[in-house]
Amino acid sequence: MDLTRTPEEEDFRARLRTWLARELPTLPPRPDPLDWPARRAYDMDWQHRLHRAGYAGLHWPRDAGGQGATPTQHLIFLEETEAAGAPYVGAGFVGLLHAGPTIAAEGTPEQRARWLPPILRGDQVWCQGFSEPDAGSDLASLRTRAVRDGDHYVVTGSKIWTSHAEVADWCELLVRTDPDAPRHRGLTWLALPMDAPGVTVRPLRTLAGSTEFAEVFLDEVRVPVTHRVGDENDGWRVTMVTLSFERGTAFVGEVVACRRTLRLLAQHARKTGRWDDAVLRRRLGRLNAEFTALWRLIQWNVSEAAHGLRNGGTGVPAENGSLFKLRYSHARQELYEVAAAALGPDALDLTQEWTRERLSSLSYTIAAGTSQIQHTILAERVLGLPKGR
Amino acid sequence: MDFRLTDDQEALRRGMRQLLDRRFGPTALHQAADPLAHHAPSEDLARLWRQLGEAGLFSLRADESAGGVGLGLPEAVLVFEEAGRALLPGPLVATHLAGGWGLVPGAAEGRAVVTAMDAGPPSSGLTSPPAGAVPDNTLVEHLEAADAVLVVGDGEVRLLETTGSDLDETVKDSEQADNLPAAAPVRSVDPLSPLHRVTDRPSPGSRTAAENRQGGLRNGLQGRRRGVEGMRKGLEEGAAREVGEGLGERLPTVDADVLRREAGVLTAAQQLGSAHRTLELAVGYAREREQFGRPIGTFQAVQHLCAGMLVRAETARSAVYAAAATREDEEMCAAKLLADEAATSNARDCLQVFGGMGFTWEAEVHLHLKRAWLRAEQWVTSVAAEEKLATALL
Ligand SMILES: Cc1cc2nc3c(=O)[nH]c(=O)nc-3n(C[C@H](O)[C@H](O)[C@H](O)COP(=O)(O)OP(=O)(O)OC[C@H]3O[C@@H](n4cnc5c(N)ncnc54)[C@H](O)[C@@H]3O)c2cc1C
Repeated sequence: MDLTRTPEEEDFRARLRTWLARELPTLPPRPDPLDWPARRAYDMDWQHRLHRAGYAGLHWPRDAGGQGATPTQHLIFLEETEAAGAPYVGAGFVGLLHAGPTIAAEGTPEQRARWLPPILRGDQVWCQGFSEPDAGSDLASLRTRAVRDGDHYVVTGSKIWTSHAEVADWCELLVRTDPDAPRHRGLTWLALPMDAPGVTVRPLRTLAGSTEFAEVFLDEVRVPVTHRVGDENDGWRVTMVTLSFERGTAFVGEVVACRRTLRLLAQHARKTGRWDDAVLRRRLGRLNAEFTALWRLIQWNVSEAAHGLRNGGTGVPAENGSLFKLRYSHARQELYEVAAAALGPDALDLTQEWTRERLSSLSYTIAAGTSQIQHTILAERVLGLPKGR
Repeated sequence: MDFRLTDDQEALRRGMRQLLDRRFGPTALHQAADPLAHHAPSEDLARLWRQLGEAGLFSLRADESAGGVGLGLPEAVLVFEEAGRALLPGPLVATHLAGGWGLVPGAAEGRAVVTAMDAGPPSSGLTSPPAGAVPDNTLVEHLEAADAVLVVGDGEVRLLETTGSDLDETVKDSEQADNLPAAAPVRSVDPLSPLHRVTDRPSPGSRTAAENRQGGLRNGLQGRRRGVEGMRKGLEEGAAREVGEGLGERLPTVDADVLRREAGVLTAAQQLGSAHRTLELAVGYAREREQFGRPIGTFQAVQHLCAGMLVRAETARSAVYAAAATREDEEMCAAKLLADEAATSNARDCLQVFGGMGFTWEAEVHLHLKRAWLRAEQWVTSVAAEEKLATALL
């Protein structure tokens, strides 16, 4: 139960702070939130700067191109970048936070050397092609087919809700390679280049008005067998690795951001006089407890993962990443409900950032596995309750 | 940073669990809660206290030079978590604080039972009592069994004895003797936690202010003397301690805020232990109990109740451990708030999973719920915690 920081870690913080103070004023103006190509350019520029300064892939293992930093340094990085108002991963989300870590954990040395450096440099954007129109929560029922043809797979089918597909270079794609095997045993994880012939992207508009996600149609797309991560028909296991990163660690940086928003909200309420409303005040207080605890939960999970790594483990977050994901997605929604209460009628004004965030927070209990699915995972896999039917 | 427990901490937790299994296992719990059994609560508690004292529960954090174990707040939290899990009764937190800080002779060894009153700053909206007084309606647990009462006030800590002592003369002479509280018994919702309500005003069952003046709190009680020789001696020697200003003896060696913060964390730890216990009970029952030809744990509605309990308990755990490790006020408020919620809501959901069985006296779950309600009212309540955490955002 040690939450202290070493002098080296404090030193790291000081250097990072100095760098941020120098770098941030030189950033270009923030792009229009609805302009995805502009957002991609902005987010990749930031990643490029991080890479130049040696902050890219901070906590990734060295043999994956990372800096091998301690988990504490990684958390300090998140705290400091957020406090300084630095950009967030944005379009780099999939590549940096779950496709990349999956390749680092499961890929061959050639695959790591090929795909990881461009992710870290901010040259390439990844997206996630798991969900299909008929396979959402029941992901293992997916039907996109991949048929082996020499040293290629020929892939046909369609994906949906693919975030950032419009601006992505690569896609982590889950396909069915053996239609006769039991559902979970016939799947394979592939890296698909989005510019391959036969790939069509049709943007979908979210309820927030953004073309953040898309449908992706695959018509006899040829993907080299060397693009397969893990064994053929072992894709479900690899997918569990991806989802562990997505649920367990990908949202960690957002928690720091939420804590900052919470402070801004309190200050806003104070300015407008809504602070005198005890109900609002107490909701803010409770959210403070909530996000304080979530931050501590992250430290706990990170400590467990780091311990695993030191002992020859994989560093893949444990199943109770679902626990964090579940609690966090509800906390985030409550945060923006409270924001609306603090804004009053301004909550109806779409030019207010918190109004837009309130809309986008609605996806948190759905994306990356719905809250109902997370509950079932915890009940069956963590608590060991008998499988439901 | 490595948030995980050390091997020593794990061993301490295991040891405490084994000890409590022997000293206060499920059978003892059921006996203690049996409404038909003959009880002598004060004597039972005194016996239990000596056993716990021998095991080091109250001297855990006292300096080794003073005969203590010399461990820290994180270790105490693990021990109190186990206590909460076993529903160990009694004013554990108050006696532990009195023992650890050397406030009451005999407390560290379990020879003196020490309870406490939180007479701290009121949460907003409530009127403030006069300086040095205990707010009306403050509840005290196990007062009859107690040898001394710690009054943790707004910026100061005082000590009241429950029986005649050297304090009497001082008190009689004091101009503010009217501030002395009387205490009336309350029919406690928790069968294992007898309660008294403090009141300044004469009310049925309590003594008048005039009678109070004769001897302070002790006159409002039918307190019994036990094992307090050491305490009296200590008080006579206590040259460093100030006496006066109406409400018992002031203890200048300890900071009220520090004491309240520690009390909050240790109370939260008990709530955490209870929350994990009710989760375990619910999961166990969901696996065994069959309806519609299969275990009820296969029903998603039941599974999701259990998963929700897990999330509450684990979130509270990170907050409580962090509060123990950092000792910061904000962390403590978060810990207490989330642990209170975990304990009360988990007991409610556990009761639901148990169905009709959950509504019986025989099932353990009601004892958890009632104790959780009680602990939620102690030290930092949700209003106080939320207000403090809100203000901390500014
Ligand atoms: C903003 C956003 C971004 C996304 N980005 C991506 C992406 O980049 N890549 C990708 O592959 N996917 C993405 N998704 C898809 C997401 O993973 C799915 O939406 C999600 O898994 C739910 O699937 P579904 O939409 O088909 O809902 P359904 O599975 O049809 O669920 C509908 C409702 O039924 C409930 N339900 C379903 N099955 C059960 C069950 N067994 N028990 C209890 N309740 C059940 C669900 O909880 C939900 O309430 C994204 C989604 C959103 C909203």
